[in-house]
Amino acid sequence: MATSCRFAASLRRASLNARAPTRPRRFQPAAVHVRWTGSTSATSEPHQPDDKETVKGAPAPAKAITFTSDTYPDIQREPGFSKLTQEHVEHFRELLGTESAVVDGVSKDASEDIEPFNSDWMRKYRGHAKLVLKPQSTEEVSQILKFCNDNKLAVVPQGGNTGLVGGSVPVFDEIVINLQKMDKIRSFDEVSGILVADAGVILEVADNFLAEKNHIFPLDLGAKGSCQIGGNVATNAGGLRLLRYGSLHGNVLGIEAVLPDGTILDDLSTLRKNNTGYDLKQLFIGGEGTIGIITGISILTPQRSPAINVAYFGLASYEKTQQAFREAKGQLSEILSAFELMDGNSQHIVNKVTGKKMPLEGDHPFYCLIETSGSNTDHDSEKLQAFLEHVMENDIVEDGVLAQDQTQIQELWSFREGISECLGHWGGVYKYDLSLPIAQMYDLVNDVRDRLTKAKLIGDDDSYPALDVIGYGHMGDANLHLNIPVRRYDKKVEKELEPYVYEWVQSRKGSISAEHGLGIAKKAYIGYSKSDSMIKLMKQIKGLYDPNGIMNPYKYM
Amino acid sequence: MSGLRILVPVKRVIDYAVKPRVNRTQTAVETSSVKHSMNPFDELSIEEAVRLRERKIPVESITAISAGPPKAQDILRTAMAMGADKGIHVAVDEQDALEPLGVAKLLAKVVQGEKSNLVILGKQSIDDDAGQTGQMLAGLLGWAQATQASKVSVEGDSVTVVREVDGGVETLRAALPMVVTTDLRLNEPRYASLPNIMKAKKKPLEKKKLADYGLELGARLKTVRVTEPPPRKGGVKVDDVDGMIGKLKELGAL
Repeated sequence: MATSCRFAASLRRASLNARAPTRPRRFQPAAVHVRWTGSTSATSEPHQPDDKETVKGAPAPAKAITFTSDTYPDIQREPGFSKLTQEHVEHFRELLGTESAVVDGVSKDASEDIEPFNSDWMRKYRGHAKLVLKPQSTEEVSQILKFCNDNKLAVVPQGGNTGLVGGSVPVFDEIVINLQKMDKIRSFDEVSGILVADAGVILEVADNFLAEKNHIFPLDLGAKGSCQIGGNVATNAGGLRLLRYGSLHGNVLGIEAVLPDGTILDDLSTLRKNNTGYDLKQLFIGGEGTIGIITGISILTPQRSPAINVAYFGLASYEKTQQAFREAKGQLSEILSAFELMDGNSQHIVNKVTGKKMPLEGDHPFYCLIETSGSNTDHDSEKLQAFLEHVMENDIVEDGVLAQDQTQIQELWSFREGISECLGHWGGVYKYDLSLPIAQMYDLVNDVRDRLTKAKLIGDDDSYPALDVIGYGHMGDANLHLNIPVRRYDKKVEKELEPYVYEWVQSRKGSISAEHGLGIAKKAYIGYSKSDSMIKLMKQIKGLYDPNGIMNPYKYM
Repeated sequence: MSGLRILVPVKRVIDYAVKPRVNRTQTAVETSSVKHSMNPFDELSIEEAVRLRERKIPVESITAISAGPPKAQDILRTAMAMGADKGIHVAVDEQDALEPLGVAKLLAKVVQGEKSNLVILGKQSIDDDAGQTGQMLAGLLGWAQATQASKVSVEGDSVTVVREVDGGVETLRAALPMVVTTDLRLNEPRYASLPNIMKAKKKPLEKKKLADYGLELGARLKTVRVTEPPPRKGGVKVDDVDGMIGKLKELGAL
């Protein structure tokens, strides 16, 4: 008897740790680790799973990561930038005071201490930085930037360093300015739900703080335990709550940022309405640290929903998923909080890799996961029941299940969340994050599959490099994740994919980077989604605020 | 033998993933506007009953029963969506919740009324953790019992149960009628599929009162006080190695 009782007790304990969970625990970024080896913008190679078939374990040693400067030999260090000297370091040490705020690799060998700031979590990008600064106040950031600007020292602003495009890691010897010491929540207004906080606050900390007050951060993503809200804003992160709460361009009410010349842009407004002049803060949202460093944000946070329901469907065709999405919007309207699309292949892969039982019996070409969140359980259930009956009776969905408790909610979510982790099981993945018109979204997956099949690159045995072409993503946001799991990297596969995929997206007026940003990975491809005149205007803005080009160089555009 | 008439008691409890909070007066756990679902052990019971039927063992009926507030009917619908043929809801106000002996007495009556010959129930409910009902029921009925089952097989009149004991497993065999309580390794409960959820709405749900079974409320136990476990003391963040060494010295660890 003791065995089982302990089991039950541990279940309970596990639940105690998750405070007021309104959503299942996500796969942490550590579980989806991938290592850079290839040369296209979309390659990644995950860890091999251990014997329990879960992908985890220590990341590959840092030395294994190729320097970004070697991966991209075309990028040369800007000769106009100064080299760091002992005097510079002394100045910063005096400025920041405490020993812990300066990681100095100039006057001594500190490569081990600096390595985590020099490379990213995917182990895909690696820089040569020799100095990391951790300012504790906006004033300190201002003084650092002014000094760097005057001395032509290039900098990289860095938050939790969880990005997917190499935007937060140095390329050459840029100074890393890490915001981790600016981690205070400044104020929260329980009536309006407006939160003002330092840029270095970790997303999960902010969300937990808000959970205590029955509010929710309008952004949620897998890396929430490490990423910082300043970085989220600077990269305009998308994530899982976008369908419901909209993009950061709408939710962020104000920003405090520091320009390269030391000017503190004090726009930490807590007003929902403020039509007085150009909305300059928008330049910093998604600006990826190229014109200034965000040091504080003010953001509108919605009320947290106490009632969460999750349903999972099997559908016969992509047309049916669109129909289901339309019905969901119509009938669930304000309580719909996620509509995720997974194709059949992606679900088989999760099933095969994790050994978990498929939620539905029988095979379906497409699957959808719907989540609702609302304020009243009875009201939500009634709506959801009506919707479920409707889509069943009208043959929009072939089969489906409804989670009956929190555990099942987590299980169902794991079939969506687990995809990217499971894809790397056989060796590597080519990944694309694209925005496309919803009606044509899945055509791309079919076209790419046809193309690779015709080139005899897809097959069931080891003589073929690619296993399959799969598509999944945030249907509600018209955001497709096109993934090609491969047994090994192969130039022939890359040739078939690029620039084909980018051209395909361009011809449908889509975006080559829906939520991951540009960084260094997509810099060369911006032309597929932005016109020459747009790029010219963007460069003018960059030149205006950062005339010396010291802010996050070699990236963005 | 005509076939199995299985009775499966189910209980509506606070979802196991929700952190329970003690109310202000320290008399109970806060239950209003907290997510509830079926006691996980009871899900296993329903699943096992349905699997017995799927294994072509002659199962004549699977009846789910719950005693509790009107919301307990949601749990019964879930049980029916998973495969129970009908539900019985015995209305009991939330503040008058039955004690294990009360539940056992009620179940004994229901067993007679339904002519059940196998009762499969969770070994405990995760809210009270009493873990007594199954045993009391077997005692009241004078039936054989096998608790904490991790495997159940039925052949004719004889039921073989593998149960978990300290340091191993024990295999028991007994003749029907019988009481079996379920443990976590018994099976993996299925999802309620949409077609079955819709079918469940049309399945019969009997509404009863305690008086219908000739029973009365009556608490033998009094809850004196409910308290939270002592909170874990928060750690201290130090700025750097020197800070840590200073702190350790301060605490006398160095």
